[in-house]
Amino acid sequence: MDVEILARIQFAFTVAFHYIYPPLSIGLGLLMVIFEGLYLKTGNKEYEVLTRFWLKIFAITFGIGVATGIIMEFEFGTNWAVYSRYVGDIFGSALAAEGLFAFGLESTFLGILIFGWNRVSPKVHFISTIGVFLGSMFSAVWIVVANSWQQTPAGYHIVGEGFNARAEVTDFWAMVFNPSSVDRIIHVWQGAFLAGAFMVLSVHAYYLRKGRYEAISKKAFKIALVVATVVSFTQLLSGHSSADGVVKNQPAKLAAMEGHYEPSAPADLYLLGWVDNEKQEVSGIAVPGGLSFLVHQDVQAPVTGLNAFPKEDQPSQVNAVFQFYHIMISIGMFLIALTFYASFLWWRGKLFETKWLLWIFSFSVLLPQIANQAGWFAAEMGRQPWIVYGHLRTSEGFSQEVSANQILFSLILFLVIYTLLFLLFLYSLNKKIKHGPYNEQEANLNSIY
Amino acid sequence: MENMETFLGIDYPTLWYLVVGLLFSGYAILEGFDYGAGAWHLFFRKDESRRIAINAIGPLWDANQVWLIIGGGALFAGFPVMYATMLSAMYIPFMLFLMLLVLRSAAIKFRSAEEMKWWRNSWDYIYFISNTLIAFLLGVVLGNVLQGFAIGPNYSYQGGLFFTFLSPYALMTGFTTLSLFMTQGAIFLLLKTEGRLHARLTFLLRKGMIFFIISFSVTSLYTLIFIPGVTDNFRENPVFFIIPLLSFLAVANVPRLVSKKKYFQALLFSSLTMAFLLMLVAFQLYPTLLISTLNPKYSITIYNAASSKKSLGIMLTIVLIGAPLLAFYFLFLYRTFKGKVILDDTSY
Repeated sequence: MDVEILARIQFAFTVAFHYIYPPLSIGLGLLMVIFEGLYLKTGNKEYEVLTRFWLKIFAITFGIGVATGIIMEFEFGTNWAVYSRYVGDIFGSALAAEGLFAFGLESTFLGILIFGWNRVSPKVHFISTIGVFLGSMFSAVWIVVANSWQQTPAGYHIVGEGFNARAEVTDFWAMVFNPSSVDRIIHVWQGAFLAGAFMVLSVHAYYLRKGRYEAISKKAFKIALVVATVVSFTQLLSGHSSADGVVKNQPAKLAAMEGHYEPSAPADLYLLGWVDNEKQEVSGIAVPGGLSFLVHQDVQAPVTGLNAFPKEDQPSQVNAVFQFYHIMISIGMFLIALTFYASFLWWRGKLFETKWLLWIFSFSVLLPQIANQAGWFAAEMGRQPWIVYGHLRTSEGFSQEVSANQILFSLILFLVIYTLLFLLFLYSLNKKIKHGPYNEQEANLNSIY
Repeated sequence: MENMETFLGIDYPTLWYLVVGLLFSGYAILEGFDYGAGAWHLFFRKDESRRIAINAIGPLWDANQVWLIIGGGALFAGFPVMYATMLSAMYIPFMLFLMLLVLRSAAIKFRSAEEMKWWRNSWDYIYFISNTLIAFLLGVVLGNVLQGFAIGPNYSYQGGLFFTFLSPYALMTGFTTLSLFMTQGAIFLLLKTEGRLHARLTFLLRKGMIFFIISFSVTSLYTLIFIPGVTDNFRENPVFFIIPLLSFLAVANVPRLVSKKKYFQALLFSSLTMAFLLMLVAFQLYPTLLISTLNPKYSITIYNAASSKKSLGIMLTIVLIGAPLLAFYFLFLYRTFKGKVILDDTSY
């Protein structure tokens, strides 16, 4: 295999693995802020138990997120040297801001959060929880800003030629608020909230099914359900707004998402399908004119198709983009149905008696995770062949001086270490869940509350 | 030169060079005691001692790691050319460094999670090896930077791929860095422990300081004799001879303070030693960042590697706003966890 493919595989693998954790940290952070806030407000010990329990899982998640995140920061330089020189002037400020404003905040207060229970007052502890949560939210902002600039560059000019060409900032705020930043930040935040909320729903649904920790599990489940219901729905809105941006700024990506080839024709909206890139055909179930309607509110309106672009400017993996995009959408729709139905049962007072629903919720933690991954794969593969949209090709961005064998060496090491890490994560998660928020044998509810 | 925007008479690339230098010094000082403490890990025999040693850095190491992340970000931001060329030229050592960091984090998190002897022993080995090698590799990278790289046109590295980074000089700087970190780590642990572990550490620290003084002397002599041009900048500006003088005094002051059991001051002076040594390196390289061993005209300097003055201006503003905030967070964190380690139910 050649250097470019190996570098791409390694980057995709390391970043996808990394992305299991930060959304979970952000989402669990939100839930912990709610739990601890309720504890401070009501003085009800049950909320303290919940905060402490989720903090243990948060600590592991956060730790792996940081460890795998540092690798990303340096992998730009090791594997994408040409790209790094090209975008350093732009990304630099975003990364510097991320480090100072976001990571500085979350990592210092993390120590107080985990080890400071007996050393600071409950209020200061709560402020630390908020600090860590806000820090992780800011982190997402700067990282998504940098990625969005790659999708929809703004506030820059190109200086130099060939290997010495690079983008330089001309307008910092235009760079930060480039056309896709805001939509994507909100979309990513909400994806993270869903990851955290469904983690909480899953674990407490499991306890409720087993008849363990019922009192606190009902409380936690309801709170997480409110978050999940609201965010599942608003995620649809931010997703739509994001897609509108793709129509305007990256029409080739939108065309790939729906497998739309005709340069300018009304386009269908597929519920599911399979794209044959050779024959330029999609077989599947579609709403005729659906995409045209979503884009232009008119089923007859033409939508720009892939063939409006020269072959070398089209994404090569159209079917993959199509599939990832549709996986994300399908899961999103399913989550809306699931949470609305559960909320309906709650209103009717039947939520915790509906065992099959709790059974679905026990496994629901996987769904936002898969949707988050699929969404990113669609976004990144849909941007191809560009690494900086319209300016620098992925095939021009990798480190020219690094050999295929070096990458193979590091890729194998990553595979081994990350497999180990993932198993450890699952093992300790399982152990913490099995162990539970407190020891039921030793303490009955009255003695600990 | 295009980047001649100045602040207080210092041009922006030089200012950013100082910022990066400051961040790397902070990283060396703080993670110096983290990695250093870990490099002693197997020298502690009892399980409880090992737990105390890990929990001494427990609430701090995540925060200390921020300095690596900001330092790396600052290099990427301010000198993208240097960041890209150095990381791709030093692909193998940096990949090893990164993976060892992951293993080290895992060891801290998971080591005490189970009671089984084999479990804890395995993690103890992983923890010890990763800390030792991380400290060593950082020194190796520094040695390579001092020696220069085979950099050709377009900032491209043309040297060997797999083992070139292990030159004799780089090995020497590797051992020196390891010994410096181990000294720093032992002093830090002395501040955090009591009883028999404390007594054992005073014994270990003495060995550490001897290890440091030997490797430091050998490396310094080798540098003066075999690395061309190291004294050029000092000959031009003799007033800067104050830096090697100060670093020598700081080095000498550490054993003195240790023998008086003034460990907090000893930690300060061992930290100053690191800062002065890095200043020494920074000053002798300036304004070069990466020396080309092929042709001086291909060398990467703070001027041809720098981001635009606009970008540097923005980043300097970010630093001016962010640095006091970060300082406040750190003061609060270190104040909260001052004093000896007490193991409780939140400990690792």
